[in-house]
Amino acid sequence: MTNLYGPVSDWQNDFDHADPSYNENIHEIWNDLLENKKCPVAHTERYGGTWLPLTHEYVHEIAYDTEHFTSRSVVVSRLKPSQMEIPPPPAPIGNAPPISSDPPFHHEARRLLLPAFAPKKIEPWEEEVRQICNELIDNMGDAEFVDAAIQYAQHIPVMVIARMLGLPLEDSDKFRGWVHLVLESVNEEPEKRRKKFEEFEAYLSYHVQDHIENPRDDLITYLLNAEIMGNKLMPEHVRGTIVLLLIAGIDTTWSGIGSSLWHLATNSVDRRRLVENPGLRPTAVEEFLRAYAPVTMARLVKEDYDFHGCPMKAEDWVLLPFPAANRDPSVFEEADKVIIDREENRHAAFGLGIHRCVGSNLARLEMNVAIDVFLERFPDFELNTSEEVKWSVGQVRGPRSLPVRVLARR
Amino acid sequence: MRVRVDTAKCQGHNRCYALAPELFDVDDYGNAHELNDGVVPAGVEDKARLALANCPEYAISIEE
Repeated sequence: MTNLYGPVSDWQNDFDHADPSYNENIHEIWNDLLENKKCPVAHTERYGGTWLPLTHEYVHEIAYDTEHFTSRSVVVSRLKPSQMEIPPPPAPIGNAPPISSDPPFHHEARRLLLPAFAPKKIEPWEEEVRQICNELIDNMGDAEFVDAAIQYAQHIPVMVIARMLGLPLEDSDKFRGWVHLVLESVNEEPEKRRKKFEEFEAYLSYHVQDHIENPRDDLITYLLNAEIMGNKLMPEHVRGTIVLLLIAGIDTTWSGIGSSLWHLATNSVDRRRLVENPGLRPTAVEEFLRAYAPVTMARLVKEDYDFHGCPMKAEDWVLLPFPAANRDPSVFEEADKVIIDREENRHAAFGLGIHRCVGSNLARLEMNVAIDVFLERFPDFELNTSEEVKWSVGQVRGPRSLPVRVLARR
Repeated sequence: MRVRVDTAKCQGHNRCYALAPELFDVDDYGNAHELNDGVVPAGVEDKARLALANCPEYAISIEE
């Protein structure tokens, strides 16, 4: 009997995406798994049964197949939704609509959110994001050694999404704590997690009530006034969408900015090219999104289903590693190489199909501005090799600690 | 040359509008459509091809 909570010995038959060594060695692990051409789908008994398809074709197929796969829960954890002590709100709402909703309700819940995150609504945030980034650099003073994840990347998306939602900026440590709870602590004792989830719930209840009593121009007030087919949203819908925007709006972009800076700290040729040629930066950001896509989603199998010879059982988890799809050599030339002027790049960093990341325009803006400001202010920097880079654990991958040495500043 | 966005496939990734705003626009929901009935003015053909090659949903087509 395999130890379901111990270190991984066999990535094909006993993988654990929340084992720290997975995110640390992710590209080597995928390449090893893909050499097994018979079925490019890894499996594990962990989490009550989980599958990991690795090709673009399979990831694409599952992302589009809402008949056999449900989005009721998109974060793999030790308990299935039906086993949770506080079960998530039932379908079609789920715990974080619309990401946790299936069609047809999904379409309505998503349509509510899309206008707030449409390109022309997001563009005006650029100046504010630029100011946030510059202030973070100012705060580093003259320090030669800084942490680009802890002192920079992790703050940018939190400040923006807190402002958009209408939550206090000074609670950003709490938000990052809940990001850790939802996405990284999936292997912790369920009882321990439950207590922290209750604190999160209490915090949300307090702020929803405050917005009911004091409406203002922000997304929480917008959700409280919104209607679906003539009805106000259920309270659990409002709360779930706040959870979604808060959690998904923070560590994803934080990871994207961090991984891009990690690349630039370890590749001086690319860094120099981008310093000298600012016009190339948006193309490079797309390549960083492809090569270091932060987000792996998940689905639950609806009914027993034979997926290309993989005997999937009802309620098995299926991970959707968009980052692995982005390195599939049948779709991308020289898929394992980071080519910062790659022109043809239909990467799936923001997902595929009906659940395309609703915040992708905001994430792109934050990444572009964050990289732009960092390169302008620190035109020369390198990894500080006397300290360790620490990667996140679980379905969102990015550096949580990125020690760099600043060699030139403006 | 003409470009077309298959609105049933478009999921609002916004790549075409970012890369070729002369040829595409987005609506209030962030979904794309072609401008000027898809007619690609002379000199912008490369941008049309770039938009096609960067759509994650394979929603753009070109008629030459």
